[in-house]
Amino acid sequence: MIEVKNLTKRYGMTVAAKDVSFTVNKGEVLGFLGPNGAGKTTTMKILTCFMPPTSGTANIAGFDILEDSLEVRKRIGYLPENTPLYTDMKVEDYLSFIAQIRCIPKSSRKERIKKMIGVCNLQSVLKKDVGELSKGFKQRVGLAQAMIHDPQILILDEPTSGLDPNQIIEIRGLIKELGKQKTIILSTHILPEVSATCDRVIIINEGKLVASGTPEELQDSAQGDSILYATIQAEKPEIEKVLSRADYIKEHKFIEQIDKSYRYKMIIAKSETNPGESIFKLALDKGWILSEIHKESMSLEDIFLKLTREK
Amino acid sequence: MGIIFAIFKKEFRSYFVSPVAYVMITIFLIVSNWLFFNTYFLDKEASMRLFIARLPWIFLFFVPAVTMRVWAEEKKLGTIELLMTLPIKDFEAVIGKFLSSFGFLVLCLLLTFTVPATIAYTGNPDWGPIIGGYLGALLMGTAYLSLGLFISSITENQIIAFILSIMISFAFLIIGDNFVLYSVPDFFVPVFEYIGFGSHFMSISRGVIDSRDLVYYFSFIFFFLFLNIRSIESRKW
Repeated sequence: MIEVKNLTKRYGMTVAAKDVSFTVNKGEVLGFLGPNGAGKTTTMKILTCFMPPTSGTANIAGFDILEDSLEVRKRIGYLPENTPLYTDMKVEDYLSFIAQIRCIPKSSRKERIKKMIGVCNLQSVLKKDVGELSKGFKQRVGLAQAMIHDPQILILDEPTSGLDPNQIIEIRGLIKELGKQKTIILSTHILPEVSATCDRVIIINEGKLVASGTPEELQDSAQGDSILYATIQAEKPEIEKVLSRADYIKEHKFIEQIDKSYRYKMIIAKSETNPGESIFKLALDKGWILSEIHKESMSLEDIFLKLTREK
Repeated sequence: MGIIFAIFKKEFRSYFVSPVAYVMITIFLIVSNWLFFNTYFLDKEASMRLFIARLPWIFLFFVPAVTMRVWAEEKKLGTIELLMTLPIKDFEAVIGKFLSSFGFLVLCLLLTFTVPATIAYTGNPDWGPIIGGYLGALLMGTAYLSLGLFISSITENQIIAFILSIMISFAFLIIGDNFVLYSVPDFFVPVFEYIGFGSHFMSISRGVIDSRDLVYYFSFIFFFLFLNIRSIESRKW
């Protein structure tokens, strides 16, 4: 559905996107992940034909973004970053303006608008100026605007930024619902959002694509060493001595003291398949009291940090 | 066509959602009427000559106030990104916005109907120069408009758009004046006279509709509309 080929964008000396290539299949929700300024927005601006790439191109729904820009734009619904809206218009006028521009035939225009009002829960603000709305409502007006012509593709630039937790859950639900029929690209730097809504993830850093795959795949691929927390009741020097001698513990770090117990964070080597058991046995051996043992797998957050900090 | 009309309608309506447009129309009418009727009853001359002659100077401040926000605000709010990612061509957006400012200008001129009405009531005017004067004012105002719209499209600051439009319009207004012509080399005199608004405006407002003046105004308007389209495109450069 969307095929991005070697997209590069330069602003003077700075490179905002460098040789970015990826594809999005029909009906997929793609999460576009990266720190601020990584080139997410630039890529989206190029895909929506707001500006052309310096080199490379993309094919959207069978049309080239450079040669058939109008056809591409007809098939995309776009929610730009920070949801710019005409603040001096009433919500219903605004939606009807977009519907006219989108060339929705007069006969079905009212019905489409009504549907969007229903989907995005806008009944209560129809007669209000867009400028008076809360951030959450603005976001929903932006979404309604993006979906009014029932596009095959939705491109949403940080759809949940600035919303309160309730609204975030609401919008995520909406996106997930929409993702059943539409192809969606959404950018974010909020990680739980990706696991909550996306089928596939692309991580971009400093304009370059650094990883791509399903959230699970990314977790698996980054699964090198695992992390284990253990709280042990024993003499501190003794614990340290034993821990440093165990060859499957690559590193251990004292975290806190809880009464007579000491809490440690350990990084366990990949080769050790069952670190919990080994630690338990170790404790049993030494006669330690083990009051907590807890394994943590690398979260998407860790993967993200790892990938975007590595140079 | 439908798209241009949709943009026109939205833009035209947006003039009237805030009280600013009403204030502007009111000030325009008060200033133009006052400056005229101030001396009208003393001059005992049943013509609109003085009214029309002052319009270029009133437009100098009025038209930039009409055009300053048109593109600058889109850029400031970021709505330009929304507009230009809709399936519309650049020229459709430019023409739609131009037509709405044009409509606003026509409305303002129509609202000065009380002036010819008063003249017709108190005397027996020659209608030729009045109609010619309105046409000249409309052409001149539209030329200011296209210039102001272009200026508005190159900045995101409305105040800069306003001041820059006034300055450049002012240059076009005085460049053909005798005062300027005396001080430039002979070679430039016919060029300056042609480029300046003054000579074209004077002949039309006398009721003489010469195709050369029309060509001048139309090429001026199209030139700046063209620049406007180019500057909207410039995001792609």
